[in-house]
Amino acid sequence: MADRINYSSGRVNQPLAEFEIEEFLKDLLGAVLTSRRTAAEPALKLSSLHRSEQDFALHWAGVISKSNSEMAFQFVSHVTQAFSLLDTEGVTQWIIEAMDIYDRDGLYLGSAALRGVELFAEKLVQNQYSVTFNDVVTVMNKYAIGVSGRHLEMDEDKKAWTDTETMYLPHSVRQFESSRRNFELYKAMVGFMLAQSRFGTFRVDQATGVPIVCTKIANYRDPARALRIFEAVEEHRLLARLETELPGLARQMRMLKQDSSSGQQLTSEFPEFERVQDSDATVNDSLTLVKQLYDKKVNFPEPACYQGVIDLEQVRLVTRQRVEMEREKFRTDLALLAEGVLDESEPDRDGLKREAYQVSYSQEMESDRHGDGELTVTIEGQPVAPPEDMIQTAKSIIQDFGEIPEDYLVPAGTALYDAGQSTEDRPEKEIGKLEDGIFYDEWDYRRCHYRKNWCVLKELEMHPGSAQTVTAILAKYFHLVREIRKSFEALRGDDRMLRRQKIGDDIDIDAVVGSYVDVVKGEELSERLFIKSRRMERNLAVVFMVDVSGSTKGWINEAERESLVLLSEALEALGDRYAIYGFSGMTRKRCEVYRIKTFEEPYNHHVKARMAGMKPQDYTRMGVVIRHLTEKLKRIEAKTRVLITISDGKPDDYDGYRGEYGIEDTRQALLEAKHAGIHPFCVTIDTHAHEYLPHMYGHVNYTVVSDIRKLPLKVSDIYRKLTT
Amino acid sequence: MYRIESEEYQISQQPYYAPQGNEIELFESAYQNCIPVLLKGPTGCGKSRFMEYMAWRLGRSLVTVACHDDLTASDLVGRYLIVGGETQWVDGPLTRAVRIGGICYLDEIVEARKDTTVVIHPLADDRRVLPIDKTGELLYASDQFNLTISYNPGYQSVLKDLKQSTRQRFLSLEFNYPNEELEQSIITHESGIDPGNAAALVRFAMMTRNLKGSGLEEGASTRLLIHAAKLMVSGVTPLDACNACISQTLTDDPEILTAIQEMASSLF
Repeated sequence: MADRINYSSGRVNQPLAEFEIEEFLKDLLGAVLTSRRTAAEPALKLSSLHRSEQDFALHWAGVISKSNSEMAFQFVSHVTQAFSLLDTEGVTQWIIEAMDIYDRDGLYLGSAALRGVELFAEKLVQNQYSVTFNDVVTVMNKYAIGVSGRHLEMDEDKKAWTDTETMYLPHSVRQFESSRRNFELYKAMVGFMLAQSRFGTFRVDQATGVPIVCTKIANYRDPARALRIFEAVEEHRLLARLETELPGLARQMRMLKQDSSSGQQLTSEFPEFERVQDSDATVNDSLTLVKQLYDKKVNFPEPACYQGVIDLEQVRLVTRQRVEMEREKFRTDLALLAEGVLDESEPDRDGLKREAYQVSYSQEMESDRHGDGELTVTIEGQPVAPPEDMIQTAKSIIQDFGEIPEDYLVPAGTALYDAGQSTEDRPEKEIGKLEDGIFYDEWDYRRCHYRKNWCVLKELEMHPGSAQTVTAILAKYFHLVREIRKSFEALRGDDRMLRRQKIGDDIDIDAVVGSYVDVVKGEELSERLFIKSRRMERNLAVVFMVDVSGSTKGWINEAERESLVLLSEALEALGDRYAIYGFSGMTRKRCEVYRIKTFEEPYNHHVKARMAGMKPQDYTRMGVVIRHLTEKLKRIEAKTRVLITISDGKPDDYDGYRGEYGIEDTRQALLEAKHAGIHPFCVTIDTHAHEYLPHMYGHVNYTVVSDIRKLPLKVSDIYRKLTT
Repeated sequence: MYRIESEEYQISQQPYYAPQGNEIELFESAYQNCIPVLLKGPTGCGKSRFMEYMAWRLGRSLVTVACHDDLTASDLVGRYLIVGGETQWVDGPLTRAVRIGGICYLDEIVEARKDTTVVIHPLADDRRVLPIDKTGELLYASDQFNLTISYNPGYQSVLKDLKQSTRQRFLSLEFNYPNEELEQSIITHESGIDPGNAAALVRFAMMTRNLKGSGLEEGASTRLLIHAAKLMVSGVTPLDACNACISQTLTDDPEILTAIQEMASSLF
């Protein structure tokens, strides 16, 4: 951007003059300038900077204005100040953070972040040792799963707290002057919340379905005071329990507490505390102690640094919802289980009585944090193995109640069972809900950074058409199919004889005769007298990523379908593992991948029907799909992994995903795939592909099929060449 | 022809084995009824030790073959070698085991090439015969011979699966990591570590096993715990022992490694 200005005048290293900058800004930001808000002021400020800083600022102004002109205006207004406070590295961080905020929270907060450059600079200095949520979330997540044996959600918030389902952790921690200690503080927060759920801080009252603590605390005249006492008491109880269960963690927590001089010990002043430090103390003991302490005039010390806060209202809401849901789920599971057992013997399901069931779980499960205990269900005297998700539900229930309450053991009626099933059959309803999509980053080449969790991708089943279509295609290409099969069968891994080996399965007579001659001549006997047969195994997995965007309507769609049919025939003959996915979407919030065939699925009439049902959809956002399919391929164990795209043009989407942006993101996604050991390849029918495909896939990794009608024939051919 | 000394494969000392269930009785009756056995279970949970123990208990020789992906049928059955200008037949381990009426244990059978599983088919059904193509010999197994194979169903790989035609010839014994108390006593017995640290090691193992599927292919096996315990007994600090024997062994992924190390530091 800035290089448009005056390089020709030979003043490359001299600062730009005010009027030059003003002209440039007027051009760039015209849309947000008014008579009272001109480019003059920022230009004046910018003119005081060094030329390199000016170039940097104007370059970024251009980049930001691509996202939003107002953001760019705020940027040029504050960048001079930023340079006075930060080095170039720091300024870049400031820009990236503000743009992330803009992406996530919109213009208002985004421009506020640009204005708050002073605050940012201050933070950055302190940040030297700070550890952020993003730094630790993966590790903490694994840590929590390992310690608790359950999958737990984690998210960031202002403080550490939990609603019993999600753990919220602060955005960053910089309390200590060492990153290691700050990391430990995160760990202590997670450990403390795990202890809360493990040792029943939010134990649920069976009668009401609400955590006992919520009801009890609400009964006090001053619930806030009662809650504060409760938090202090619980901290003592949980730490004492951790002392025996996770002594290393407890030691670290104690050290953190000491160093931050928070959460002092109270035991000496209040002998009652000793009771809650017993190994069998429960939340009820804590609540009893709260009652005793409530009326005393006590000044409680600051809570411990890892303690976070307790939000009783959220806990109540989330718990009640979960308790309700799990109760139904458990009973439905029980009914399903019973149905499976009683199907043959007793058709009358309504006749089932509670007495017919016996659900038992080992003591271990109740108290065992590792969740290795056993759940056994006995129906009419027959022990039945419950499915994994039912065990998970049972664990969660036990976590809430300490046991499985009596009324859970009544299986749900038929109506509920039906309702439970029918919700699963409605994929259409799920569309449009952001929550159940998978998030992927997207590369913004202008910022040279990823936009975090920018795209939401959903994997859907391709709507099936009639398998007859496929039969018709096979009939149409009858001769070709036979030929393809034949040529592919020839490729199949067959035994190859390796002659004159040191070790082998059989004697190589030719070699022996030859050596015999040698021996007779008085020469040395060769060691290489054996034949080794070696099976040339094709260890290959391939994913086909088929463009089903709107532009493929008509001929192209038809040709793609025919290609897939012929290809599947070929691959079946060859025995390679393959999967086929269609892709399309509209905007970053609705990227979609359509399953046509997964790796696990055999080539059957369902797959054929889905091929037949392939219909043109919307746009072509390629990067996110490549990332998704890369993840899939990564999970397949194969010597060679190939990702083949069948497409009709450039990446293109409704919300600015076109031109260089789209190409660069796709290229980045392909680089990621290559990094993961996957070979990307592209088959396209776009005759202009030479202009951009070499940049994306590399010079040898694509083929242009100029005649659409030849696509079906070509694709198999290309595949054969590619994999031999 | 080489003479086979069956004593070579005899197990003279009683191996330590702590039963997890009724596997000893089941194996014994399988042996008496000439039924081949399939041991399923994750790595390092005691399958090989169980075989040693059973061989000792039944007083039979044990021929163990660790299968690998280059293991061919002739590696099992035998082959001709040329010695001094003449060909000489040399038995493979499977043939040897059939001849001496011992127990042949094919460890991690799925690692072997697909064609090797086929040579064990006639041995593993009621024919109990090993045809040796190269010599034209039909080797009938005596009642004392037993074939046992093992495999780890935990591998999530399409390549490493046992074919139905193979597995439906065997009696299957499932092995898993022993329960907490048993695992503790096994570690204590094998390494001489104090019960407190043994308990902490077992808890650590359980935490890593919880990560199976969330980043780890497999949790820490009993074998790894014993390694760590031995190091601790020889004076290595618990954290170092856990890191060297368990954490670093399980994964190379830096983030999962950190998580596992943090688990260890929470326990010790």
